[in-house]
Amino acid sequence: MEKTEKTSKSGISFLKKLNQKAGIIVILLIMCIILSIVTNNFLTSRNLINILRQISFYCIIGLGSMMVIVTCGIDMSPGSIVGVISVVTALNGVTGKGNVFLWFVLAIVVGAIFGAANGILVAYPGLPAFIVTLGTQIIGRGIALLITDGHPITGLNENLLFLGAGKVGPIPMPVIIMAILCLITWYVLRYTSFGRYIYAIGSNEQAAKISGINTKLVKMFVYVYAGILASIAGMVLTGRVASGQPALGEGYEVYSIAGAVIGGAALSGGVGTVYGVVVGSLVIGVLNNGMDLLGVSSYWQKIAQGSIIILAVLFDYLRKRNKQ
Amino acid sequence: MQEGFVVQMEKINKRFPGVNALEDVDLNVKYGETLALMGENGAGKSTLMKVLTGLYKADSGKLVIDGNVVTDYSINRAIESGISMIYQELSPVKNLTVAENIFLGREPFKVKNILLDYNKLFQNTEQLLKKLNINEVSAADSMMNLTVAKMQMVEIAKAVSYNSKVIIMDEPTSSISEEECNKLFNIINDLKEKHNISFIFISHKLDEVYKIADRIVVLRDGKSIGTWNINELSQNDLIKYMVGREITQLYPKQDAEIGDIKLSVKNLNVKGLLKNISFDLHQGEILGFSGLIGAGRTELAETLFGLHKIDSGTIQIDGKDVIIKTPKDALKQGIAYLTEDRRSTGCFLNQNIRENLMAPNWKMSKKGGKIDYGTVSKLCGSAVKDFAIKTPSLNTLIESLSGGNQQKVLVARWLMGLPSIIIVDEPTRGIDVGSKSEIHRLFSQLAQQGHSIIMISSELPEVMGMSDRIAIMHEGTITGILDRHEADQETILSYASGLLNQYE
Repeated sequence: MEKTEKTSKSGISFLKKLNQKAGIIVILLIMCIILSIVTNNFLTSRNLINILRQISFYCIIGLGSMMVIVTCGIDMSPGSIVGVISVVTALNGVTGKGNVFLWFVLAIVVGAIFGAANGILVAYPGLPAFIVTLGTQIIGRGIALLITDGHPITGLNENLLFLGAGKVGPIPMPVIIMAILCLITWYVLRYTSFGRYIYAIGSNEQAAKISGINTKLVKMFVYVYAGILASIAGMVLTGRVASGQPALGEGYEVYSIAGAVIGGAALSGGVGTVYGVVVGSLVIGVLNNGMDLLGVSSYWQKIAQGSIIILAVLFDYLRKRNKQ
Repeated sequence: MQEGFVVQMEKINKRFPGVNALEDVDLNVKYGETLALMGENGAGKSTLMKVLTGLYKADSGKLVIDGNVVTDYSINRAIESGISMIYQELSPVKNLTVAENIFLGREPFKVKNILLDYNKLFQNTEQLLKKLNINEVSAADSMMNLTVAKMQMVEIAKAVSYNSKVIIMDEPTSSISEEECNKLFNIINDLKEKHNISFIFISHKLDEVYKIADRIVVLRDGKSIGTWNINELSQNDLIKYMVGREITQLYPKQDAEIGDIKLSVKNLNVKGLLKNISFDLHQGEILGFSGLIGAGRTELAETLFGLHKIDSGTIQIDGKDVIIKTPKDALKQGIAYLTEDRRSTGCFLNQNIRENLMAPNWKMSKKGGKIDYGTVSKLCGSAVKDFAIKTPSLNTLIESLSGGNQQKVLVARWLMGLPSIIIVDEPTRGIDVGSKSEIHRLFSQLAQQGHSIIMISSELPEVMGMSDRIAIMHEGTITGILDRHEADQETILSYASGLLNQYE
């Protein structure tokens, strides 16, 4: 009797979860169906792999954005972190010290410091996250330009190039890295106290404090995590474009935040999933890809991208309202 | 006095996915009467009132207000028809003043919509407060600093200012002391007799209901059980109708073996909040804390839990000095704190029951460094069973639970970590008789098992019935500690108002 109760209960909750997330994936599937009818090369494996590779960068950064959003904060700086990391890691070719592992660690450390700067200012004096991360975004871009005096750096180490442009079988490295980071993030959110505390803090910070959670420390570390993810994205992207570009990543925060929100992360805090980030990033990726295949001008593409973001949030709002 | 019914609700039905909230419910309110709406948590009282105030649309049924059959009902129509409601969970605009809250959307203007007349706004508010004899708040007070009780008074003033014919009050006296409660009742009777206003009074405090109500209507599981005149229904019979079973004792505090001193507080001082607090808490003891609003009881609890900086004084647990600077420190020392306001500091409203139960307890479920969801299910399953929490599943969002069930989740949450010292602040506020009795029985059991409990309560019967000793606070200090046998309502009140003081 207990066993059937358990399976039927988990069956019900599975269906409920599916319904919650069903909204966005329906949009994605509709888009895919339309595109495969209207074009003849959307549904090719080459094109689909292209999409995955293109969204991998937004998705990696989006994981960090999602976690920050869950704590009721926001991060406007990941694009600049990408730029700083790009020039820092590209120096491996220039200096001749081509040990990719060392440069990888350096990138993570720089990303973590950047994130810590964001996190400390947001968590301890409680400064508004939007303003703080906007400031670090601009400062970061300045730092990247300063390091290279505005010039790109070429002559990258071949391992770094592989990270960005290589493949394992048919699957591009960026996609593999995205998958690994998605798994790690999913694990952190589900199986660590840190992950659970993030949702508590975003839902009710005072109640979280009373539950014994060190809310300030956890909040700071979320920004550190986001910084690290941005730095990984930066390294891989640098490998892909085969040069250190101080302007790399400009505007990426928009896509990463949009991907997270489309995937269901609530800006009011306490809600967000890895699955949502992936689906949300795919929605953006499929849209961009479709518009490219259809030859839509890049100006119209911008209008379409902005509209999809608004539509997704509207759809989510309507779904929540019907629940009540 | 006008004859007849100001409100008639006939055969009201309301369904939500998976539950019949209201089934053919009837409710009538006479002009100038106080009708008590009684029922356990989940009986349908709040839902029925939400239909009456236009917040919900009934699936079927008839609604007649002031002799007119109502069609096209909405929140605005309800207000126009003279129905207003004071909610159990208050949500004032904290950044604004009392005056702005009361007249929100109806502010007087020098130039319409462009130039607010602040003088008139404050004047009108002061007049209103004076008319209702509310001296504790003034028009210019900021809502943010008001205690729960004072916010209630502002809400009442607001409802009266709408010239309502029917004012619905949902647990209005949950956190008001007896003195303020009597004041409130005077106001209600005044409005009833002089202005023919009717009240629908929802409360779990039977003593108060019997003081103020003219008639009682009982709901159970979404159905109306019956309506009685107040003098035709005994308290025992009322409880029987509400729960469908007999409740033998409301405050079953059994005798427990009082052991050694568990917690010892000496000369605790917190600037602006607490002055020279000293008391001992023994193992197996329930130490009640009584006092008027603003006496400092919640502040004391918060200090013991690491939420305020201690200026001087010591805290000893098991004879050893302890330093508590954060809630985490307190939890490590085995102290748990069930807060007064479950909505703002207790529940994670947009999270499910599992998250709410586990928030301070995740470490308990860890196997090999990672959270084991099998253990989580076991812990949560036991909690739901032990506390009889009514919920379809652990994935249900806590905000869809009734107030009483939410409170049970919070109690379960704090007890999961098996704390040795439990501080509860107004633990049965807004909870139905059945659940109240369960929770009291639970605390009694915990005391018998050797736990030490500090119980802050504004309900004198509760404090007197459940405590072994009662500490009374007044303006940040303890004025007296009485043994259970020597405490009576008048004595406690004297200490609470500072008339008596054992230490001066």
